[in-house]
Amino acid sequence: MKLKNSNQSLLQKIGPFIGLIVIVLIFSILEPGFLSVNNLLNVLRQVSFNALIAFGMTFVILTGGIDLSVGSILALTGAVSAGLMASGIDPILAMLAGLLLGAILGAVNGVIIAKGKVAPFIATLATMTIYRGLTLVYTEGRPISGLGDNVAFQMLGKGYFLGIPIPVVTMLISFGILYFILKKTTFGRRVYAVGGNEEASILSGINTDRIKIYVYSLTGLLSALAALMLTSRLNSAQPTAGEMFELDAIAAVVLGGTSLTGGRGWIVGTLIGALIIGVLNNGLNIIGVTSFFQQVVKGAVILLAVLLDRKKTA
Amino acid sequence: MIKMTNISKSFNGNQVLKNVQFSLEPGEIHALMGENGAGKSTLMKILTGIYSRDSGTVEVKGKEVHFTSPKQAEEAGIAVIHQELNILPHLSITDNMFLGNEETFGRTGIIRTKTMEQKTKKALLDLGLDIDPAAPASSLSVGQQQIVEIAKALAVEAEVIVMDEPTAALTDREIDTLFATIRELQARGVSFIYISHRMEEIFSLCDRITILRDGEYVGDKRISETSFEEIVQMMVGRELGERFPQRNAAIGDVKLAVKGLSRKDCFEDVSFEIRRGEVLSIAGLMGAGRTEVAQSLFGYKKADSGTVEFDGRIVKIKNPKQAKELGIGYITEDRKSEGLIVDFTVEENVSLTNFSAISKNGLISKTKERSLYDSMVKRLGIRTSGPQQTAKSLSGGNQQKVVIAKWLGIEPELLILDEPTRGVDVGAKKEIYSIINSLAERGVAILMISSELPEVIGMADRVLVMHEGKVAADLPKAEMTQERIMHFAAGGGNHEVKEQ
Repeated sequence: MKLKNSNQSLLQKIGPFIGLIVIVLIFSILEPGFLSVNNLLNVLRQVSFNALIAFGMTFVILTGGIDLSVGSILALTGAVSAGLMASGIDPILAMLAGLLLGAILGAVNGVIIAKGKVAPFIATLATMTIYRGLTLVYTEGRPISGLGDNVAFQMLGKGYFLGIPIPVVTMLISFGILYFILKKTTFGRRVYAVGGNEEASILSGINTDRIKIYVYSLTGLLSALAALMLTSRLNSAQPTAGEMFELDAIAAVVLGGTSLTGGRGWIVGTLIGALIIGVLNNGLNIIGVTSFFQQVVKGAVILLAVLLDRKKTA
Repeated sequence: MIKMTNISKSFNGNQVLKNVQFSLEPGEIHALMGENGAGKSTLMKILTGIYSRDSGTVEVKGKEVHFTSPKQAEEAGIAVIHQELNILPHLSITDNMFLGNEETFGRTGIIRTKTMEQKTKKALLDLGLDIDPAAPASSLSVGQQQIVEIAKALAVEAEVIVMDEPTAALTDREIDTLFATIRELQARGVSFIYISHRMEEIFSLCDRITILRDGEYVGDKRISETSFEEIVQMMVGRELGERFPQRNAAIGDVKLAVKGLSRKDCFEDVSFEIRRGEVLSIAGLMGAGRTEVAQSLFGYKKADSGTVEFDGRIVKIKNPKQAKELGIGYITEDRKSEGLIVDFTVEENVSLTNFSAISKNGLISKTKERSLYDSMVKRLGIRTSGPQQTAKSLSGGNQQKVVIAKWLGIEPELLILDEPTRGVDVGAKKEIYSIINSLAERGVAILMISSELPEVIGMADRVLVMHEGKVAADLPKAEMTQERIMHFAAGGGNHEVKEQ
């Protein structure tokens, strides 16, 4: 009985990993250049932005919530940091301000959801629009550039550490920390508890409102971090940055096997899910699939993965 | 009517039924009893085509059958009323009655609402229920919903109705109505298979009883020729001894004093005291406000007025977290939706209330977590396959023990238990009583809400009877009788009792 259970969950856990390997194999057969070190690092760098946001999304989804506003938080925090830098404020301070703003915007989501008892989908649908609107107001609809040449800022998106792009390093360090939090801390356990059964969690003396506010703040913070990396990489902040990012983040979480109803899942799966999406984006490009058709393939793969997952759990 | 012989069934090499036999006479009310995990539900699922049997034969009216779906069983006249009722609350009573069997104008798919409503009205009147068939099902009490389920079964001309724990959520008055309905139908020739843990009901309602233990047939008896003790012994396979174990608790100082506690539309002016080592029971009908009082003591739903004193100090408990910090534990009525996180492992569930004991600076110590689990499993005799077993795969009795374990970890000074033995088999019930006793002996004040009067009388030092949100009586042990408690619970005043 016990063996059967652990086997089942093991299969569930390695399922996404097998999927990733299959996709990598297919692309490397169709186009041997896919496996070059350069291209793989490229994939990882592309993935790191989405992965950071998806890590936060994993926490949110584990509590049974959803956050549609991540792309707008990315745009707004990126724009504000860039604006501060362009106005001559110390770039480090500007970046810290961006991160703080991200956490605050996330906390606003959390407060609306926890204290205002608004469904997360609706609450973040609204703030998604509000934050995007604020971005457009702040930027007057134009990109912000002229961000100076502070080394720390420039390295964040473009630099290398031991030959590995800094965004990838940042993403992996964040992953390590977040994995530890979910696995080893009381906060992590409470995140699972809130999504597993909110009623029972409250009655066990857990402050579920606080947990919710924390996970949305964390997601805001991670979105802001992705924003800084992206702003550095492009050397400018775009008012339209991060559009549809929420969907890629949610897709990564779901591909990784985390349940949308909350309480079940793990962040390793999310990393693999983000890699699957990144590999698809890159591989389809390399083998010359048109960008229009790429969307069809991406959507179909997500659907297939979820259907296979259903089969397994049924 | 039904004859099942040599039924065997295993799941993944785990044999859950071994050569079980079961027979049902026409017009008989036949109880099926056994501890949780004895194989009752599996046997019924084989009868109704949800599971297939590995071996053995099932005969209905002398003909061997091989049902592959509940629909086929229904067509052969066997209907099941599950413990969790199949009522869609937002649909009308009529819609529920005809769900899946709607009457339409020809094949148009347009529903004949009027005809169906008339039929529903008539079918329910037949069972003594006079209600508007167009009203939403949520306007019915649980007892009335059950009657609708029975009417539904009769509408498809069921000759055998299987009922699984039908009275678990009913008030005593509703149980009386239900039993009257069952007897009435019996007189018309309908047979019943009645699954229940409640011994009193089986003795008052059933004609015959079949007992299973560990997937095996132990025997069947005419109710008139057996006794409570004999059945319990057949079920557990050993002498259980006293139903309510002895308690030697010294009753100490007042632990909790509640004065004039009120909450609008729930309860009013509730006052009582509980001492250390004392078991106070709150009895009353469903909806009398018992659970609501417990919830407000625990800070889950706040009271509007009144005071709560803990160790002689007035405390304001705003949320369950504060209650926990004061040393109050709350074992909720519904363990699956309020007590457990069913997808969590047993170990994780136990940890849920005990983070401060198993962690430091927010980091969970795996060693401490495991030793807490080990000590609880040992102390409460929880039967699991290991710490990693999920809570949902445990039997009801063991689930309840896990919920108790959650709260023993905080070393509570006041433990509130709401229907602690509901849906729990006899053996586990006695174990739970022993746990309560040992806590009382350690000086814990116990507040036990229960609808089972024998349990109240067997366990409580004092009983608080509630009626429509108010305390109707506060009786010491010497004055507790089922009649007196029922009298007050049903709203009878004080003067009538004095005349008795």
